[in-house]
Amino acid sequence: MATRHDTAAPPGKEGGAAPARALPGAGPADSAKKRARLSRRWQRDVRWSPYAFVSPFFLLFIAFGLFPLLYTGWASLHQVELTAPTDMSWVGLRNYTRIFDDSFFWNAAKNTLTIGIIATVPQLLMAMGIAHILNYKLRASIFFRVVMLAPYATSIAAASLVFVLLFGRDYGMINWVLHEVGIDPVDWQNDKWWSQLAVSTIIIWRWTGYNALIYLAAMQAIPHDLYESAALDGASRWQQFFHVTLPSLRPTILFTCVVSTIGASQVFGEPLLFDATKSASGGAEHQFQTLGLYLYEQGWVNQHLGRASAIAWMMFLLLIVVGIVNYVISRRLRASH
Amino acid sequence: MTTTVTKPPADAVPAPPKRSRRPKSARAGGQLHAGPIGYAILALFTIGSLFPLVWTAIAASRDNNRLAQSPPPFWFGSGLFDKLEVAWKDANLGEAFLNTTIVAGISAVTIVVLSTIAGFAFAKLRFKGRNALMLIVIGTMMVPPQLSVIPMYMMVAKLDWTDQLQAVIFPSLVSAFGVFFMRQYLVQALPDEIIEAARVDGASSWRVVWHVVFPAARPAMAVLGMLTFVQTWNDFLWPFLVLTQMGNPTVQVAIAGLGRGYTPDQSLIMAGALLGTLPLLLVFAVFGKQIVGGIMQGAVKG
Repeated sequence: MATRHDTAAPPGKEGGAAPARALPGAGPADSAKKRARLSRRWQRDVRWSPYAFVSPFFLLFIAFGLFPLLYTGWASLHQVELTAPTDMSWVGLRNYTRIFDDSFFWNAAKNTLTIGIIATVPQLLMAMGIAHILNYKLRASIFFRVVMLAPYATSIAAASLVFVLLFGRDYGMINWVLHEVGIDPVDWQNDKWWSQLAVSTIIIWRWTGYNALIYLAAMQAIPHDLYESAALDGASRWQQFFHVTLPSLRPTILFTCVVSTIGASQVFGEPLLFDATKSASGGAEHQFQTLGLYLYEQGWVNQHLGRASAIAWMMFLLLIVVGIVNYVISRRLRASH
Repeated sequence: MTTTVTKPPADAVPAPPKRSRRPKSARAGGQLHAGPIGYAILALFTIGSLFPLVWTAIAASRDNNRLAQSPPPFWFGSGLFDKLEVAWKDANLGEAFLNTTIVAGISAVTIVVLSTIAGFAFAKLRFKGRNALMLIVIGTMMVPPQLSVIPMYMMVAKLDWTDQLQAVIFPSLVSAFGVFFMRQYLVQALPDEIIEAARVDGASSWRVVWHVVFPAARPAMAVLGMLTFVQTWNDFLWPFLVLTQMGNPTVQVAIAGLGRGYTPDQSLIMAGALLGTLPLLLVFAVFGKQIVGGIMQGAVKG
């Protein structure tokens, strides 16, 4: 922090009042000079200290966010091997053209999308329902709120390792329950859709309670008179939910959708640790390999950091496309209302 | 007059808005009691939230052969503490706990201090480019971490920081969410008049931060500190790339390493997962109410 201004402390004993508004004719010329100096310092302080206050964040962000982001783009135009990460040889757009012909990349992109949808849509719907119940007067409401954060306190690593066992094909708890109610055991590892559902379940389990709290906070901020006038108009509780609660929550819903989309685009630890074959391929047939996992496989298993960089940038571009689609849809929805 | 700067009167420090919001939250749903169906759904949800955690402990208390039988165990065996001891040693968890506490502690303290100062500037100070800079802060929340991982890995390799804690500490010091969170809090919780008063008394900006902003922001700082600690504690991708199980692991790296052995002892893995999760569960059990309040407070204007 180069600009420290604590030297501009108040004059203290000298009795100089607010440096900015010196009283006319107070004291000898000597102290007037002092006051003028202080006032200049004070102005400088007011002018520049805001920048000093925000600069640590931006410096750190440039170092660990912006610079790496751009450098990833630069590295994606090179061949770089993990074993010698500083030796880069220029290959132009070859990493990108390879990606376009790479069926594993598009497979991972599709899996990321489907896992994202399977994990996000039910999660947010359940969160909304839970929030609605929590918004009633409840006994032990704090208890319920804290309990539903327990999965959020559990790490991806711990949660994934437990769910691998629960979803075990032969001895897992879930297949046992299915068996007891007369359903054939499911191969949660090797079947494409069931494995994606299992991976999504880990995500749903960890995040539903958190999102419920966010919806609850937004519900509590809805002004009471909106409900009163709706009730006066004869709206039932369901009608109130659909015509008062949901519209008021629209910004929050959009916010959770954006955050969940970003989160879903990055899924990595869950499919990595869910894989019983202990590889980074997302199952024997790549059936639940996400883009984040494919990036890791290319960069750290196959040791092609340049190609992994190109995957990273493609992820970013796809995310932007999804973001634009999201935005357009939400504008349409708003316009139709 | 300086005394008014160094010691703002107690009543000048605003109560956190969380509390003051309570009385007027007489919303429609809030007045009605939840019915039995509501409680039933919540009970189901509670079981769903807790069952995997409880079952982790059950599985950790059984030996590996028992887990390869059907039906799976539903109640505790007798081997829990032995397994925990073995997992503690095998996964290098002693070192992992120390490391993770260091990393998460440094990260939490740094992020809280920097975010409070920056959040104060965005909330209460007028300067050119303020709105544009705030938009950039929010925009940086959208950038996936995968985009910065490769160059950072190159840097770490070049500096020879593989398996060293500083490789994990430095990148964990940036939090756009923290800046945003503190800004949202200070906009409401810190009245302009107090800052003006301190200014009139001739306090420099740094004095205002130290004697006015920090005391007023304390509740939000505590919440942000806890949220950051939890997040850093659970961070997986980056530590997994630069640390290994035997060289300065964090807890997540250590327990993930248990799961990736070639002849996995499932109950040992569960013991490791349990040990890695317990400290945070304890934090949530003790400070759960504050954490819930913090998450909800940060959400309203999100």
